[in-house]
Amino acid sequence: MNVSAFLYTLPYIVKGMVGIFLVTGVIVLTINLLSRYAGGKSKED
Amino acid sequence: MQSFLSDLFGNALNITLPMVAMWCIGALLIYLAIKRDMEPTLLLPMGFGAILVNLPMSGAVTQIAEGVEEIGVIDVLFNAGIANELFPLLLFIGIGAMIDFGPLLQNPKLMLFGAAAQFGIFFTLGMASLLGFELKDAASIAIIGAADGPTAIFVANFFESNYLGAIIVAAYSYMALVPIVQPPVIKLITTKEERRIRMAYEQRSISRTTRILFPIVITMITGIVSPRSVALIGFLMFGNLLRECGVLDSLSETAQKVLANLVTLFLGITIAARMQADAFLNPQTLLILGLGLIAFVMDTVGGVLFAKLLNLFCKEKINPMIGAAGISAFPMSARVVHKMGLAEDNQNFLLMHSIGVNVSGQIASVIAGGLILNFFG
Repeated sequence: MNVSAFLYTLPYIVKGMVGIFLVTGVIVLTINLLSRYAGGKSKED
Repeated sequence: MQSFLSDLFGNALNITLPMVAMWCIGALLIYLAIKRDMEPTLLLPMGFGAILVNLPMSGAVTQIAEGVEEIGVIDVLFNAGIANELFPLLLFIGIGAMIDFGPLLQNPKLMLFGAAAQFGIFFTLGMASLLGFELKDAASIAIIGAADGPTAIFVANFFESNYLGAIIVAAYSYMALVPIVQPPVIKLITTKEERRIRMAYEQRSISRTTRILFPIVITMITGIVSPRSVALIGFLMFGNLLRECGVLDSLSETAQKVLANLVTLFLGITIAARMQADAFLNPQTLLILGLGLIAFVMDTVGGVLFAKLLNLFCKEKINPMIGAAGISAFPMSARVVHKMGLAEDNQNFLLMHSIGVNVSGQIASVIAGGLILNFFG
């Protein structure tokens, strides 16, 4: 067991998850903008 | 006569126990591919390749014979297609051409579940480090949690991991085992009531312009944030652009069928270059198989728990099972969630939601791979 190596990776685990949510957030925002300005409307429920 | 027999069968004396063990592993992979229909396009060539490269003095791999190095064809293929990351990238063109991102474009918020379901990657990074793997190997092992073969190959190869063979075997095996791995995990962390939550599906038309701009914009965003993954996301999205542009149907069809099949054919057998007994048969391989399972389990947990978290704040409840489809194993994971929904309530149709989450997972796993490359590359 290499506890120090594990502790070394902890910030990367946090950065990784935060990073992926941030990038995803930007993508979601972009898709919404694309849908708004490049067409696409509600069709049916 | 004795000399003749010695010439004919003398090589049999070079057979070792580890080689026989690798033949058995190869046979097991072939069995799983044929009898259990587990990722046959890759497990079968890998299984055969495992036997091929573990024959004594196999000419398929580079050998030193009488002091002279004889280059084997599997090593030639490895250097031409995997060492330079060409095969996984070409395969991504085919995969991109196969994927319809429509369900995601109709409900972009689903993308967040794809992000949450990459938790297994980062959790496994910590676990692999704790178990004593070097950082580059831990990062390569963690990427098994991307549930995406080409990304796993790309990242493990980038880090020149010593365990490429075991990582690829684990990645593809668990992708095939998604219908077995995910349901018990989902059931363990959800209640029956949660599994019965129905979700309305609003069908929206997506303009052609949006479909065409989507792969271009995603490539640009991901490429800027994570430049090392630009080839991965770029080739995936290039394939998707071929599909959506509407003027290259022939190329799109070729990418989906001929190109994907051809690359897969060579990919499987080439990976066998890293399945030689001396490199493959060690306790680390077993550890990697275990860590791969942990990665898939924690991906599932991450996706489901994120949906449960959102339910604390959202008026319109989300069926937390769709979070599990955020792993990129496409389309198995979406189907698993859909079937589980129907099993709880035969009028609960989750397929479109789970497909949307599943294709999000495909993009999110590449982003996660890119972040790993950024951190440790």
